[in-house]
Amino acid sequence: MTLKQVVDNVAEMPASKKAVVDVKDLSLTFQTTDGPVYALSEVNLTIEEGDFVSFIGPSGCGKTTLLRVIADLEKATGGEISINGVSPEDARQARAYGYVFQAPALLPWRSIESNVTLPLEIMDLSKEERIKRAHDALKLVELNGFEKKFPWQLSGGMQQRASIARALSFDADLLLMDEPFGALDEIVRDHLNEQLLKLWARTNKTVAFVTHSIPEAVYLSSKIVVMSPRPGRIIDVIETKFPKDRTLDIRETPEFLEIAHRVREGLRAGHSNDE
Amino acid sequence: MTQVKLDKFCLVAAVAALLALIFPLAGVDGDTGKQVAFVGDIPGLAIAMALCVIAGAAFTWIGVRTIFHAGILLAVVIFGGWQAVDALYEYGVAGYAGLGFWLFIISLWAFVWRAIDVIANYHSLETVKQQSANILVPVAFGVWLLFVWEVVVSGFGVPQVLLPPPSMIGERFVSSMDTMAADFYQTFVKAALSGYVMGCGSAFLVAIAVDRVPFLKRGLLPLGNMVSALPIIGVAPIMVMWFGFDWQSKAAVIVIMTFFPMLVNTVTGLNAAGKLEKDLMATYASGYWSTLFRLRLPAAMPFVFNALKINSTLALIGAIVAEFFGTPIVGMGFRISTEVGRMNIDMVWAEIALAALAGTAFYGAVAYVERKATSWHPSFRVRRH
Repeated sequence: MTLKQVVDNVAEMPASKKAVVDVKDLSLTFQTTDGPVYALSEVNLTIEEGDFVSFIGPSGCGKTTLLRVIADLEKATGGEISINGVSPEDARQARAYGYVFQAPALLPWRSIESNVTLPLEIMDLSKEERIKRAHDALKLVELNGFEKKFPWQLSGGMQQRASIARALSFDADLLLMDEPFGALDEIVRDHLNEQLLKLWARTNKTVAFVTHSIPEAVYLSSKIVVMSPRPGRIIDVIETKFPKDRTLDIRETPEFLEIAHRVREGLRAGHSNDE
Repeated sequence: MTQVKLDKFCLVAAVAALLALIFPLAGVDGDTGKQVAFVGDIPGLAIAMALCVIAGAAFTWIGVRTIFHAGILLAVVIFGGWQAVDALYEYGVAGYAGLGFWLFIISLWAFVWRAIDVIANYHSLETVKQQSANILVPVAFGVWLLFVWEVVVSGFGVPQVLLPPPSMIGERFVSSMDTMAADFYQTFVKAALSGYVMGCGSAFLVAIAVDRVPFLKRGLLPLGNMVSALPIIGVAPIMVMWFGFDWQSKAAVIVIMTFFPMLVNTVTGLNAAGKLEKDLMATYASGYWSTLFRLRLPAAMPFVFNALKINSTLALIGAIVAEFFGTPIVGMGFRISTEVGRMNIDMVWAEIALAALAGTAFYGAVAYVERKATSWHPSFRVRRH
């Protein structure tokens, strides 16, 4: 990062951070034939602008459900949630979300470029603008040169990068990522994590990131939310103080190990409840 | 030392051709009490048989290993086939073919089998060569079947009412071109095509409506199922009463036949888009129509094309059968039913050939469009590399 960019970044930073996601006593209960399932119970959380928040916890702890409630793909059954001060549905209509799913979910009949322009097309941008933005977004994820390829001609990691480019293309306020690298191998995952961090540092986006992996959560986040199942709830929120331009080397520092330990303890405590 | 492996097919061909030279070519004429023809009187045939013996013996030894070898065999077969047909019609063997003649045909058969086998196993990285090989196999096979049909029917003197030889059908086809063109226009262009477009088109639109409105799904789908189960020969006369003798009643029958396959396939296809993709569209706040055109219809295309292919054959069958129940004095179904009554079986066969050609071409055209439109689908992807 050059000095000028650092100065710019500092200049852009507001005095008091704005809350992008504000959740109060949120709960969600699914009614099933086997009785009610308490997916989320009394969740309280604030995500501020520019935060990178990881949700970590065992399967069934409601981390994906929470992300889906934020994105208005599920409706909460109790409590309050506001995105940029409005309801999730209004935020969705205002195209506030860039959602990256566990699978790339690229449309096979569209080239990589026109997959990236899909949201822009829905949002009625002009053709030149669409192409330009797709080009920029693909450059961010280092996929320039693959515009005319079709999804099946790319590797799994490249497909997932294309889907990230698609989420970035329309400049959403909030990037929601649901275990985007879960199906990839360790090396590819490290590499994509590094790229994601650079991207975050460069664009200053607000990111909510669901993961199973403790090192991934600690490495990426500015805030780690530890969750526990039955009922799904938050048991710990940990702030990390690593700089935005961190590298993979920080994983060897005592500070990193300390936070990882705290996350692990939290997860363990959550587990002991139902045994 | 590797053991020499003899080519069995060529061995059979050589032996059969050799025996063909020895055994009598034709049977005895009942009136004159003499044999109809001798190999010695037909120099072309004798040369062909000798060629078969030589080629058979040679390839038994060296094996049919290259496409060039297969080409030589096919050339021998073409010359032999020409001489056999010549013997049948020019030298009066038709109806009196003897053991020698059939042995010669067996010899040719063995050659063709071996040559097609070699061509079918041909692999080339050059697309043009590979494609010509791919086309040559079914063409050679088809031509050979026609030849066997011709030779068997003429050689044994099968009555024309039972089965006319293909040459006679072909002649009839060419000489009745005007009638056939009129029949084709009436049955295929007017009735089948318009019925197909109306049936498939309306079913496609209804499928979108059914998908949108839940009560239609519950109410209309079972009803559609019932309509599709109606027997065509029951419906056709009623349609003729409703819509008159001309093509409209045939189109109506086709609409009934093609509606349901299209409806069911499209409804299934509209549900083919994955949950993840639908969620994705939801996060973009994509409206119903935007999601329909950008996600659900493209995802449904493989299903839609399945129905279009099924219906392409159903439409022609429907048009021909419906014409049996009243029609103006033109049309393929009308021609078949009247010419059968007049014992003009060659004309019936000519119409059948026309129907087969039209049906195949129609199906092929739909399949071609399918491949262009859904080239992204896994079943077509492999061929693109």
